[in-house]
Amino acid sequence: MTMLTAGFADPVLDAQACFRAVLEAMSRPGRIQRAGSALTPPAPLNQAAAAVLLALADADTPLWLDAGAEAEAWLRFHCGAPVAAAAGAAAFALATAAPPALAALDQGTEEEPQRGATLVLQVEALEEGEGWHLTGPGIEREHRLRVTGAPAGFVAAWAANRAGLPCGVDVILCAGDRLAALPRSVMIAEG
Amino acid sequence: MSTPDDRSAEGRGHLNRSRPNEGTMMEGYNFAYLDEATKRMIRRAILKAVAIPGHQIPFGAREMPLPYGWGTGGIQVTASILGPADTLKVIDQGSDDTTNAISIRRFFRRVAGVATTERTAEASVIQTRHRIPERTLREDQIMVYQVPQPEPLFKLEPRRAETKRLHALADYGLMHVRLYEDIARLGHIAKAYDYPVMVNGRYLMSPSPIPAFDNPKMHRMAALQLFGAGREKRIYAIPPYTEVRSLDFEDHPFRPIRAPHACAFCGSTDTYLDEVITDDAGGRMFVCSDTDFCTERQDAAASREAAE
Amino acid sequence: MYVAVKGGERAISAAHAWLEETRRGDPAVPELTIAQIEQQMPLAVDRVMAEGSCHDRFLAALAIKQAKGDLIEAAFLLRAYRTTLPRFGASEPLDTTRMRLRRRISATYKDLPGGQVLGPTFDYTHRLLDFALAAEGEDRAVAPEMPAPAAEVPRVTELLAREGLMQREALAEEEPGDLTRQPLAFPAERPVRLQNLARGDEGFLLALGYSTQRGYGNAHPFVGEIRVGHVTVEFTPPELGFPIELGEIGITECQMVNQFKGSRTEPAQFTRGYGLVFGHGERRAMAMSLVDRGLRARELGEDITAPAQDEEFVLYHSDNIEATGFVEHLKLPHYVDFQSELENLRSIRRTAEAALPEAAE
Repeated sequence: MTMLTAGFADPVLDAQACFRAVLEAMSRPGRIQRAGSALTPPAPLNQAAAAVLLALADADTPLWLDAGAEAEAWLRFHCGAPVAAAAGAAAFALATAAPPALAALDQGTEEEPQRGATLVLQVEALEEGEGWHLTGPGIEREHRLRVTGAPAGFVAAWAANRAGLPCGVDVILCAGDRLAALPRSVMIAEG
Repeated sequence: MSTPDDRSAEGRGHLNRSRPNEGTMMEGYNFAYLDEATKRMIRRAILKAVAIPGHQIPFGAREMPLPYGWGTGGIQVTASILGPADTLKVIDQGSDDTTNAISIRRFFRRVAGVATTERTAEASVIQTRHRIPERTLREDQIMVYQVPQPEPLFKLEPRRAETKRLHALADYGLMHVRLYEDIARLGHIAKAYDYPVMVNGRYLMSPSPIPAFDNPKMHRMAALQLFGAGREKRIYAIPPYTEVRSLDFEDHPFRPIRAPHACAFCGSTDTYLDEVITDDAGGRMFVCSDTDFCTERQDAAASREAAE
Repeated sequence: MYVAVKGGERAISAAHAWLEETRRGDPAVPELTIAQIEQQMPLAVDRVMAEGSCHDRFLAALAIKQAKGDLIEAAFLLRAYRTTLPRFGASEPLDTTRMRLRRRISATYKDLPGGQVLGPTFDYTHRLLDFALAAEGEDRAVAPEMPAPAAEVPRVTELLAREGLMQREALAEEEPGDLTRQPLAFPAERPVRLQNLARGDEGFLLALGYSTQRGYGNAHPFVGEIRVGHVTVEFTPPELGFPIELGEIGITECQMVNQFKGSRTEPAQFTRGYGLVFGHGERRAMAMSLVDRGLRARELGEDITAPAQDEEFVLYHSDNIEATGFVEHLKLPHYVDFQSELENLRSIRRTAEAALPEAAE
């Protein structure tokens, strides 16, 4: 077994910085943030996805992932999150390739919509100012976001996700050390 | 079993307890007081709150070293978001110099060593009790409200199991009836503070006990607004640029209330005023509740005079 | 000319200094030591540990000293400290049949295995002020040696259960909820209810328990047993996989025997109200067991008619740290909201006055 690479250099301040990036991303859907960490996670994990999970996942949040044994061992060691057998039982789902259907993840309930899962979705690239048209809470008029490597049929699946409000799934898109978020309330139109 | 000697910070098994500016910060406690697991739990709740505007998220509020009802919810939210780059402003009743505001500001200086300010414009995080600053807030600022009672329906239905169901059904008839009864009896809605709002057209929300005068500031605010209720263990949020409507009726539109006077210090006629009793013969004066805003206006007037 | 109040920072510092001065009292009187509080005010220490939700006699005694003897304030200090401690996990369930007993009484049997052990109790003392205590340095009568207790003393409720007359409690498979980490949710499971009551305000529990005896709720209680003493706490570290002893804690356990008329699925039998608290706290453990039984109304299919049966009412109002905080927060400035109310009332009065002359015409 190979040695695990390190987690956050400063577990307190790096987690805080990453959380603030995610908070900013979730508050202003489509605006790109830097996860701001110098992590060297095992492939296929990218820096932003690794930082998001280190900052937010722990023993209280079942984690589903498709990233393979090495990444799983790394995340288990640094987060202590139990691995969920099924995507539907996870608080956080990490997809480094084609993700499970949004509808297959925990949607929460009408009384407890906050139980809806967070999907951490690795994509190839994120670019502001072009691509999708985003509207909704957090957006003054419209934000544009180009997502390279988004799963096929994502925009249609998102419309279905949004139709279930207040239930549904929230997504954090991660590319390299950059991230953007799609809270369930945001509307996406193809660009 | 235990002696005073085993209770050094190391002996308690705390991780990550030594921070950069140790000299100014309280020893034996983590940055911003809360342990990292608690911060993660609160951070997860905050993110879900932002994703579901106006919905109350239950969270495992911790005992804080300040009493419940004195801002523990706001303090836990602030402690979970605060970083060393932040500048914190704390107000109570619009003022930085009320005793509880001072006490909370002192707490964060001690446990997080962050910079604090009394200037609204300089703050990145503003924790407040009962007011929203008069100055328009920016995108790079976060408002944190202290909330004593997060449930807007509590006076009409004290059972949380029941109000939870009403929120799920978006059944807010009780509140409409209550407001309509005011109109029938008094000619207008008699709620002067903690005036209920609809957030993003979905959830009825308590704006915390701010005066109704402040409600319109919440509507499409550029800053993120976070709400923490410690004793009631709930967190909720309004993302930036989100629709926030004070409940009203077509024939009885919402009216913000303020004392119909000008500030005795800065002359402002469109800010919220405190009434100050000056003697026991009916003497009174009205002054801005937002002390920073008032000082700025007085300074500006003084420099205009000096220039003339 | 009115000047906006400034100098709050100085006022707070001065208040803290005065508080410290009044805490110490007359410096000519010797200072209390933590050991004195721990040894000579053990029941105050026990109450603070129970309501502070942390078993540590030294810290509880320190909190009492710091709080000038205000036990709710002391419990608050202990709670605020407790919440910063790392959580290692849950202990093994305590085995109270193997308690090292100092006191054990049953009201339901004249004698029983393990015997009636009166132990150190205020019961049967005559409540006459003992002026001899006011004379310091007095040597007190030496108590006789306590008889060595049996290693294992069966519980009264177990004797009844073997006869099929006492409802058995279901053994929980999963780790019980912990309301210091998760907020209350309703309906609340019994372990969470018991946790809430175990650290609830003694006065609140007492009044509620009392109300069940006076017809507010359907209680027919007998004290099956009260036991006071020490019990071993064991913990299984995941890396070891077997339990190790952490030490002993003092506890009081009360099992209250209650009638139950039976339902469609259950025969008529006795049911249990349960109380377990840190230290020596009989009043508290007894009140807790009355309220616990009251709160079982829902699961036993009984009518819910009284406050002590209403779980939202009981569980949301039992915590004196929450209650004292919110009651006392009313002394914080509220002048902004009050101003809004003033203007509101003035406007209502103006409307009413404007309407008057018309009415007179």
